[in-house]
Amino acid sequence: MVTDPTYNAAAPMATAIHVRDLCFAYHTKPALHDVTLDIPARQITAFIGPSGCGKSTLLRRPDIDLQELRRRVGMVFQKYNPFKKSIYENVVFSLRLGGMRKRAALDELAEAALRSAALWDEVKDRLHTSALGLSGGQQQRLCIARAIANQPDILLMDEPCAALDPTATLKIEELLHQLKQHYTIIIVTHNMAQATRCADLTAFMYLGKLIESGPTMHIFTTPNNPQTLAYISGSFG
Amino acid sequence: MLNPETLIRKGLPKGHLKDRLVRVLLGATTYFIVIIAALLFAKIIKDGAPVLFSTKAPYVDLGFLLDKNQTLHVFDDAQGVRHQLPASAYSDYVKQHEDAPIYNPQTFSYSGGGIVGPIVGTALLTIGSMILALFFGVCAAIYLSEYAKQSPFIHAVRLAILNLAGIPSIVFGLFGFAVFVLAVPVITSTPSDRSLLTLPLFISNYVISFQGWNSSLIAGCATLACMILPVIITASEESLRAVPQGFRDASLAMGATRWQTIRKCVLPFSLPGILTSSLLAITRVAGETAPIMFTAAVAAKDDLPWESLAHPFDLLASQVQALPYHIYTLAARIPASEYTRRAQYGSVFVFLLLVMTLSLGSMILRARLRAKLKW
Repeated sequence: MVTDPTYNAAAPMATAIHVRDLCFAYHTKPALHDVTLDIPARQITAFIGPSGCGKSTLLRRPDIDLQELRRRVGMVFQKYNPFKKSIYENVVFSLRLGGMRKRAALDELAEAALRSAALWDEVKDRLHTSALGLSGGQQQRLCIARAIANQPDILLMDEPCAALDPTATLKIEELLHQLKQHYTIIIVTHNMAQATRCADLTAFMYLGKLIESGPTMHIFTTPNNPQTLAYISGSFG
Repeated sequence: MLNPETLIRKGLPKGHLKDRLVRVLLGATTYFIVIIAALLFAKIIKDGAPVLFSTKAPYVDLGFLLDKNQTLHVFDDAQGVRHQLPASAYSDYVKQHEDAPIYNPQTFSYSGGGIVGPIVGTALLTIGSMILALFFGVCAAIYLSEYAKQSPFIHAVRLAILNLAGIPSIVFGLFGFAVFVLAVPVITSTPSDRSLLTLPLFISNYVISFQGWNSSLIAGCATLACMILPVIITASEESLRAVPQGFRDASLAMGATRWQTIRKCVLPFSLPGILTSSLLAITRVAGETAPIMFTAAVAAKDDLPWESLAHPFDLLASQVQALPYHIYTLAARIPASEYTRRAQYGSVFVFLLLVMTLSLGSMILRARLRAKLKW
């Protein structure tokens, strides 16, 4: 697997991530087989497929070794998981890790991140109260703000709306559209409607194999592979 | 129409009597235990409370808590009045009445004065051993729960630690004697004759001498710490595991190292749990006699531990009195009589009060922190 974050600086359709023949196994149980895929920059790419097909493994795989790499990749998890600290401390966590000490700079970046996550107006008066006092949707947006605070190149989201109600989900999806202007977003989802609503590109995975990938409209209307057709039409999965 | 009452009862008779019997038997057993405990406490409170408390102001006999332990002298004077005086008061009395005759003199060791020595000794042993046990225990727990791969070997290690909790405390006492008192290395310029091994340090004439720490506060603390390590490790591991995995994922995903994650996202949330669970271990440390018998405790000591020290560090090397050992001494080494009851029951009462306060305090603290720590 090759990840070259400098690619991101290029034109919008440039490839942000190349995945080449990626295999991965948990101990002896193989989870990914020869996955080859290019993920374009500043687009939303969705991974769909039944549970256990390797979507999350593919997503988690890139951040398995290097701290430096992890700092260039923001990650949002299925279950929102803000730290039991103040809202402000949650957002600046990664900045503090990076060794940033200046209060003014931290304040500025925290505000920028919260604004990008469309959360600023809701929390600006209570930045120093506990993050756990927020609603579920707000907590998930806080996690997004936390993930983008140190301006990563890529934002990985593992079923970011799985634990949210439809209204909160809608807010996150709107947010995704704004965020894709600045970040390459990869989203894993079980919700095919969500994939059609948000993603520019969709990749269908099954049993650790990448079955098909392409523009979302294409995948959902005229898939090439019969397995894809079966999955999106609800025959299994 | 049948009476619904009888309809319901119809199914009961078979085995019903047996059921009642078992119920009564089980209940009786339970209350029997409660009654024994109640009798025990009643006896100690009845005989011990008057030593510490009185109905007259100031209600508390501070002398018993704050005076040093002395030999009790009992004698009659010429008027036939019976006197009970601790050693210091006795010598004053003798000075004042130089020519007055003394009849039926008797002495009772350890039975006069107060028990400040054992109280501070127990406090020092408890604090010292908790510091040691918390340091080693929390480190081990962090390793076991955060770093170690869950392999069969680690399971064996964990099992070994759990088994450590079942070892009788006297075995820990002997272990502490063999290791901390006789064998651990010290840096000294004058190695003892019984040193097992001396290694030159090449700094003036200092050597590393495997001669142990002698019977001392530090040896006792180390032994007690070994005894409660399994409790601390298990409690700490449990607290660490209670921190949601999401915190670690999120922190690692943001590029934090393992240690940064543990320090900033795991430890702050598990520390209250670790501390309160460990508080329960305090009562055990404060209460044990066997581990300190050979390693730290001394029956009689004129000075408080910190008095007449050449150097502050000598505190660690000095022997101390301790409440449980003091009680053992009072019970086993001196003949019981009406004059020794005050010291005996008083000590036991103070000791019970201390342990009760400690465990009550830790339980309250635990409940409060548990309520606060919900996510």
